[in-house]
Amino acid sequence: MALKMVKGSIDRMFDKNLQDLVRGIRNHKEEEAKYISQCIDEIKQELKQDNIAVKANAVCKLTYLQMLGYDISWAAFNIIEVMSASKFTFKRIGYLAASQCFHEGTDVIMLTTNQIRKDLSSPSQYDTGVALTGLSCFVTPDLARDLANDIMTLMSHTKPYIRKKAVLIMYKVFLKYPESLRPAFPRLKEKLEDPDPGVQSAAVNVICELARRNPKNYLSLAPLFFKLMTSSTNNWVLIKIIKLFGALTPLEPRLGKKLIEPLTNLIHSTSAMSLLYECVNTVIAVLISLSSGMPNHSASIQLCVQKLRILIEDSDQNLKYLGLLAMSKILRTHPKSVQAHKDLVLQCLDDKDESIRLRALDLLYGMVSKKNLMEIVKKLMTHVDKAEGTTYRDELLTKIIDICSQSNYQHITNFEWYISILVELTRLEGTRHGHLIAAQMLDVAIRVKAIRKFAVSQMSVLLDSTHLVASSTQRNGICEVLYAAAWICGEFSEHLQEPHQTLEAMLQPKVTTLPGHIQAVYVQNVVKLYASILQQKEQDSDAEAAQELTQLMVERLPQFVQSADLEVQERASCILQLVKHIQKLQAKDVPVAEEVCALFAGELNPVAPKAQKKVPVPEGLDLDAWINEPLSDSESEDEMPKAIFHDEEQRHAKQQPPKADEEELARRREARKQEQANNPFYIKSSPSPQKRYQDAPGVEHIPVVQIDLSVPLKVPGLPTSEQYVKLEEERRHRQRLEKDRRKKKRKEKKGKTRRHSSLHTESDEDIAPAQQVDIVTEEMPENALPSDEDDKDPNDPYRALDIDLDKPLADSEKLPVQKHRNAETSKSPEKEDIPVIEKKSKKPKKKEKKHKEKDRERRKEKERKGEDLDFWLSTTPPPPAAAPAASMEGPTVSTVVTAPAEEREEPKRQEQDEEEEEEEERDSEKKPSKHKKKKHKKEKEERPKDKKKSKKKPPADDEVAEPLENGALHEPLPPMSSYSLLAENTYVKMTYDIQGSLQKDSQVTVFIVLENLSSSFLKSMELNVLDSLNTKLARPEGSSVHDGVPVPFQLPPGISNEAQFVFTIQSIIMAQKLKGTLSFIAKNDEGSTHEKLDFKLHFSCTSYLITTPCYSDAFAKLLESGDLSMSSIKVDGINMSFQNLLTKICFHHHFSVVERVDSCASLYSRSIQGHHVCLLVKKGEKSVSVDGKCSDATLLSNLLEEMKATLATC
Amino acid sequence: MIQAILVFNNHGKPRLVRFYQRFPEEIQQQIVRETFHLVLKRDDNICNFLEGGSLIGGSDYKLIYRHYATLYFVFCVDSSESELGILDLIQVFVETLDKCFENVCELDLIFHMDKVHYILQEVVMGGMVLETNMNEIVAQIEAQNRLEKSEGGLSAAPARAVSAVKNINLPEMPRNINIGDLSIKVPNLSQFV
Repeated sequence: MALKMVKGSIDRMFDKNLQDLVRGIRNHKEEEAKYISQCIDEIKQELKQDNIAVKANAVCKLTYLQMLGYDISWAAFNIIEVMSASKFTFKRIGYLAASQCFHEGTDVIMLTTNQIRKDLSSPSQYDTGVALTGLSCFVTPDLARDLANDIMTLMSHTKPYIRKKAVLIMYKVFLKYPESLRPAFPRLKEKLEDPDPGVQSAAVNVICELARRNPKNYLSLAPLFFKLMTSSTNNWVLIKIIKLFGALTPLEPRLGKKLIEPLTNLIHSTSAMSLLYECVNTVIAVLISLSSGMPNHSASIQLCVQKLRILIEDSDQNLKYLGLLAMSKILRTHPKSVQAHKDLVLQCLDDKDESIRLRALDLLYGMVSKKNLMEIVKKLMTHVDKAEGTTYRDELLTKIIDICSQSNYQHITNFEWYISILVELTRLEGTRHGHLIAAQMLDVAIRVKAIRKFAVSQMSVLLDSTHLVASSTQRNGICEVLYAAAWICGEFSEHLQEPHQTLEAMLQPKVTTLPGHIQAVYVQNVVKLYASILQQKEQDSDAEAAQELTQLMVERLPQFVQSADLEVQERASCILQLVKHIQKLQAKDVPVAEEVCALFAGELNPVAPKAQKKVPVPEGLDLDAWINEPLSDSESEDEMPKAIFHDEEQRHAKQQPPKADEEELARRREARKQEQANNPFYIKSSPSPQKRYQDAPGVEHIPVVQIDLSVPLKVPGLPTSEQYVKLEEERRHRQRLEKDRRKKKRKEKKGKTRRHSSLHTESDEDIAPAQQVDIVTEEMPENALPSDEDDKDPNDPYRALDIDLDKPLADSEKLPVQKHRNAETSKSPEKEDIPVIEKKSKKPKKKEKKHKEKDRERRKEKERKGEDLDFWLSTTPPPPAAAPAASMEGPTVSTVVTAPAEEREEPKRQEQDEEEEEEEERDSEKKPSKHKKKKHKKEKEERPKDKKKSKKKPPADDEVAEPLENGALHEPLPPMSSYSLLAENTYVKMTYDIQGSLQKDSQVTVFIVLENLSSSFLKSMELNVLDSLNTKLARPEGSSVHDGVPVPFQLPPGISNEAQFVFTIQSIIMAQKLKGTLSFIAKNDEGSTHEKLDFKLHFSCTSYLITTPCYSDAFAKLLESGDLSMSSIKVDGINMSFQNLLTKICFHHHFSVVERVDSCASLYSRSIQGHHVCLLVKKGEKSVSVDGKCSDATLLSNLLEEMKATLATC
Repeated sequence: MIQAILVFNNHGKPRLVRFYQRFPEEIQQQIVRETFHLVLKRDDNICNFLEGGSLIGGSDYKLIYRHYATLYFVFCVDSSESELGILDLIQVFVETLDKCFENVCELDLIFHMDKVHYILQEVVMGGMVLETNMNEIVAQIEAQNRLEKSEGGLSAAPARAVSAVKNINLPEMPRNINIGDLSIKVPNLSQFV
């Protein structure tokens, strides 16, 4: 054998190994692809060999080729073969290849499960290690589910080498299989305190990754991490923890208070820059989360800013970069502290490193003020000129616009300057942000009325300039500004100095090379311009000029009519026809100008971007309802949906027929004015200065604008922004002088002798804007909906991991353990089938078992946990005053409130399908755990039947059989709730349900949902019952039988919550009624009253039954045994389908279906004390007969009576 | 999380490509190429962080790289990683390579890509930092190498002999492209434990 192997390897030893392959590729530089394809052919040959060494060698070479970009997925199966080699050497090669090329789409990946499991449990730690490493790269949801348990075991391996790998890979497992998070978390938490620093670090790593996505679930770990932070010396761990705290502090301000001190100490003491930096970062996060106002915070901020300044001034570019990055975080909340370092930031703008310049740019945003805006932008403009790469230049451009337009142009004192900056920016070639500039131009021109005249003059120059039109090739290129220019010139054409010239410019043939949407705007605005010129000419009674003008239009418009762009074509043909018509009228000497102008009467107001979305749907309006019945197919196909709210098309609304008679127009205008006057949201109160079709020019003038005469309104040609800077300086200087003079006067008056120094400390407020700026705010619809809901990404893979981890584990939450799967033969309940079926059927049982014991524990535990964290947090040295005290209350109050709010909906929820519930469970973290359990249990109760049915058949038939059973016969079931009304008065409504568990044979739990119906706050609720000999309420130890049991919550108005009470029962064969009282204090504004509500608690025999699955052969045996007594009932007049009937019996009476043949079914259940109850339900035409067999005759007869009552309602 | 680890030389030839998120091969190559072009135009004395990786992940991701003689080591990481920490991790990785290959040079990476992967696997696992202690890393690698040798035994001997013969002419290849200058350290950054 050995000889054969040696021989085999000698045969193959002249195969290329990896080194040969690499060498070969290097030697065939000219024809690399050809050489490699040759090699791949060889590799394919080698993979066919039986020798594993040869295969491994081939796979190793493939891995190299993968790096070069060759797809090697075709060899996936061979890779698995190599993975399963017994030798570590080969195994490692196989796993490496797999980690490089396997992914979720690899179909053979499912073949690896057992191999990986074998390797994970290998005695050699390196086999295990290599499998873990490989798996970490290609784990799929299936692998995660199947291997989660094995990996979890490895977390407690004796070798730290394996432990740390197992801990790390758990994160990947969680991502792929979120259900594993809760069962695995306790152990993961344990590993935080592992003796091995590597394992500890891995655990910190994993928890930090988890917490980063869903921080609130990990708040309770804060004390543990705090301990680690103060004790660990491992910088990696420290950095991770400190980063984690940065994510936690926004959720818990008290945590931040506690952190500040140790972090500050670390900042002072550490020599590691990485650690220092992260500390500073987290301190910043803390400071952001704490509302400012605490005096000692300014010290912390100062410390941070100081340290950051040191970083920024460092010669190391990395530190400089990070310093700026952190600085920008402070800027958001404490801009003042950062502004002090403006010099530094401006200096960084000149840095040779682009990354640093970009960071500095970010900072600039928060540093501008009225005072320095011009200066900063001037500096940026010089950078724009210098910038070599377009990316950086574009970044500069957007930053300039951002900076200037921030907070509604807050910092701009001179809009002429801003317009000229925008115009200067249009000289940038090849920018992608033409549309940004255009949007700014439009925005400013529309919203700042005083600037319109200037803007129009500038825009007309732009329209004349040729370079813009020439650059039309690029999408979103600079030619976009022509869109704005054309619109502004058209809309505000009354400000044009030489409208005719502009009109000519807009009609140039070159314009047709522009993108369609810009041409469309051109066409539209040409008419506006035409209208205003026409009007002017008619006033001058220059009929000839007017006709010439019309002729020009008629001549030039056809070039647009020919456009390939539909929009342009349509608009142009409309307008051409209009103009031709006008021409005819002009020929008859009919004055037309007024009517043409009427087309564009009225003013456009800026509309807020979200306004359309915020229009509330009026009550009673169903947007989905048909207005008319849908038309026949052929017609409806022609009707395309109309884009009513398309950008520019708003204009259509204004296009009234030009021939509309004047009176009508006047009337409408009047009505509109009226409407606008009454509309509080219509901002313009001053009559619009333009397009007043009726008011002849001169009657109304440009609104009162205080124009500083020192600033020339028109700088000839294209002004440079620099002129403005100078002018602005002069202006401010004059202002200052003025002010000084005034001050001096005042002082003289007051007779003060103190000389005022010439040092000017100029604050922002001192600078008066050059123009009376009237920034029109954007319009919003009436009754705008106030909130924008955040749309969260539903596809976020991390959302599934938003799981409450404080909740104790339920038994059902186990990682699936692989069992041998034997071909399932139909019914035998023998061992082999048990694991699979038990696993499912046990769930409800187990849950019920634990349920009662745990209920209280859980609640307590939850409280305790909350208390722990609270206690830990509250030891903060200075117990903060008013606001923090409130926040201290915060968490507890909120749990009380949120939990019931969720619960109130419960009855409805039960009907919802299971997926939804599961999802909800994941989503809702604060929901009390028991509530969830219950829901779960209920749905389980409904399900076993279905499950078993499918189980009974061979799995292949499943899919076919199911629709038959559930679909064909299934009618929609009415919603079912096992809760029934207990008592109700004006304050409170009580509904209850009783559940037993197999493990406690003399106990049942009564779940009572208390719903507060009043507007009072219900508290100190206490429940008491009069115990009978047989049935007793379980009271807290030490209390007497007459004491009530307090309800562990309070109820705000309209809220409901569920309380649980345990009763001990001796005999279960009879139904029982217990009298009881709920006493409570109702508190409202007028005071509080003591109230009570009496009730009768009905323990039906059904409530002692527990849904227990049974197999038909066991069922048959049971019936044959003859120990059961028998009884039967018959109910007539039943219309419900048999399927629904069965479902109803199963649900309300806790039975499960054993077998069903046509309209006959056998059902089984078990009491908490172990009585077997077997039923045979038969359905006739209109009747149902139920034959029962039970180990106790009394119990059976009682049960059947109860069932009769249920069936009677069917 | 670390999204990708790329090592390529001054000409953009990939020497190690390790993605922790699935990308098809052609996209991987494209990412390598574009990353290369991004870092190539940066001087050695400017900062080692690069933003705006449009290729992987988006704005949350950063490229953190180091340039040693002929090789670029680039890590693509998200915001949960400490920037300076990753810089140090690159240093740890390179020093480990140096120890394992005894004066590592680009040729070692070229001819022993598999071994480089094995070393990396002891440093980073599935995108998360596994170990930062160099001695521990080296100890594990050596233990695995010993295991491999012991397995080789009889059957591997002929192959080793052939390989030795083949490698006889290796020294003729320039060994002077040493990664060199391992002493570049982030200033003031204390060594991680």
